[in-house]
Amino acid sequence: MKTKMKLTLLVPLIVSATGCASLGVEPWERDLLAKDEMSLNASPLDSALDDHIYFSKEASSGGKSFGGGGCGCN
Amino acid sequence: MSNKVEKINIKAALTLATTTLLGCHNLAQAETAETDTWEFDTAFLVYSEVDRVNAGEAILNAKKTFDDDKILNLKLTVDALTGASANGAVAQPTVQTFTRPSGNGQYQIKAGDIPLDDTFHDTRVQFNGQWTQPIASNLTASGGVHISKEYDYLSLGVNGNFSVDFDRKNSTISAGFSYFQDTFTPEGGIPKPLASMLIGDSSAPTWDDEFIKTRIGTEDDKTTTDILLGFTQVINRRMLMQFNYSYSIVDGYLNDPFKVVSIVEGSNENNSGVTQDVIYESRPDSRVKQSIYAQSMYHFDSTVLDISYRYMWDDWKINSHTIDSRFRIPMGDSLGKESYLQPHFRFYQQSAADFYRPFLIDDNTLPTFVSADYRIGEMTAFTVGLKYGMLINNGNELAFRLEYYRQTSTDAGFNKFGALNDVELYPTIDAIIAQVTYSF
Repeated sequence: MKTKMKLTLLVPLIVSATGCASLGVEPWERDLLAKDEMSLNASPLDSALDDHIYFSKEASSGGKSFGGGGCGCN
Repeated sequence: MSNKVEKINIKAALTLATTTLLGCHNLAQAETAETDTWEFDTAFLVYSEVDRVNAGEAILNAKKTFDDDKILNLKLTVDALTGASANGAVAQPTVQTFTRPSGNGQYQIKAGDIPLDDTFHDTRVQFNGQWTQPIASNLTASGGVHISKEYDYLSLGVNGNFSVDFDRKNSTISAGFSYFQDTFTPEGGIPKPLASMLIGDSSAPTWDDEFIKTRIGTEDDKTTTDILLGFTQVINRRMLMQFNYSYSIVDGYLNDPFKVVSIVEGSNENNSGVTQDVIYESRPDSRVKQSIYAQSMYHFDSTVLDISYRYMWDDWKINSHTIDSRFRIPMGDSLGKESYLQPHFRFYQQSAADFYRPFLIDDNTLPTFVSADYRIGEMTAFTVGLKYGMLINNGNELAFRLEYYRQTSTDAGFNKFGALNDVELYPTIDAIIAQVTYSF
């Protein structure tokens, strides 16, 4: 019974996670995704300046892009 | 009209300068490039901490997209830093004297004040070049170089990245690599880890000989190797997600030559907490950092939400959580042509490195590794900000950003006693970030 219940829960989960039909868009549906503000790094200069500040003040860096070296600030 | 003339002149001059820098175009080509697709982004930022560091940073980014989707990106960054930074020593109920990192002279800290070294001033120039191009159907390659030079620091780097698109370009897998070689040449040399700071009469004839005994050389270096794996997925017409995993190995000189640790009296019944000695910090010569990162972009009817989370952990036992979010609200033409407002919120929290100590007690033999640098101690930080952008001059974007950053160091469970009870051990840093961006 328990196994059956687990399966009932698991199957839709797997289907929804792997079902290609439900993820992604057709090329003609990219009107919103094509906007500059929808790019993952919409303001690269802001990101570069922020990375430099937080790299200098905190113990973490990178993640979104390379953490790298580059200055003697940490 | 005068604006337009000026704009064209600036762009023409920059195009010429950029192509000259490249050294691969003649003048005739440079002139025709004016009508081509060079895009320039410029930014100027001021970072100002209350009573501490002040910094100014300017970036000029030039990007050219060629007909066949090849992209050249050149970036020049110049920044200048001045002001005071905590040297790691604890505040005391009496005046304290410290020797400057250069060995030339000393500075005094008032009773009750957190010791700040005010000798920091540096100017840095950085150049980045990046070339990106499709190398096969759905396969893109990118390679770049990095050079950064400041008075006492040189950083050289290369990077490479491959990305593959599939499922109608709804999914992208990427793999990147970067390598940095940094050389540190601090004025006054590299301090000997755990050596006592020499304090006394710096004009004495024996001073230089004594000071040199606290040094182990004039320069040292470190390498940073990063691997970054990424997966990007279009979820639907409104939503995009990215997942990254990064692995970073840093090897070599990882100390901050300007940071020290106080050794306080705490081993006898007196437990006065009074500083007995000040020693230079000592960190391991390697660090392995890993992080996972997830980002989501969501387009509502008109607004756009950008939210990301990063979890970082390393073999110094530091782990951190970062949540970063931006919400872009288009304002139509109400605040300028196609204007927008963009609130920003960032939250950051980290645990302390396992060798972090705000101070040492005079009973123990010295540990192999110790640092009192607040940047590897336990802390919480947040940023709140607002960006305001609009289009001017035929579609060039002008934007302003104003942010407030507060960093609060917290006690990771170290006992305070004696004089340490009366002073601030875990300071708070408040900073203002102001930025102007202009793209043309």
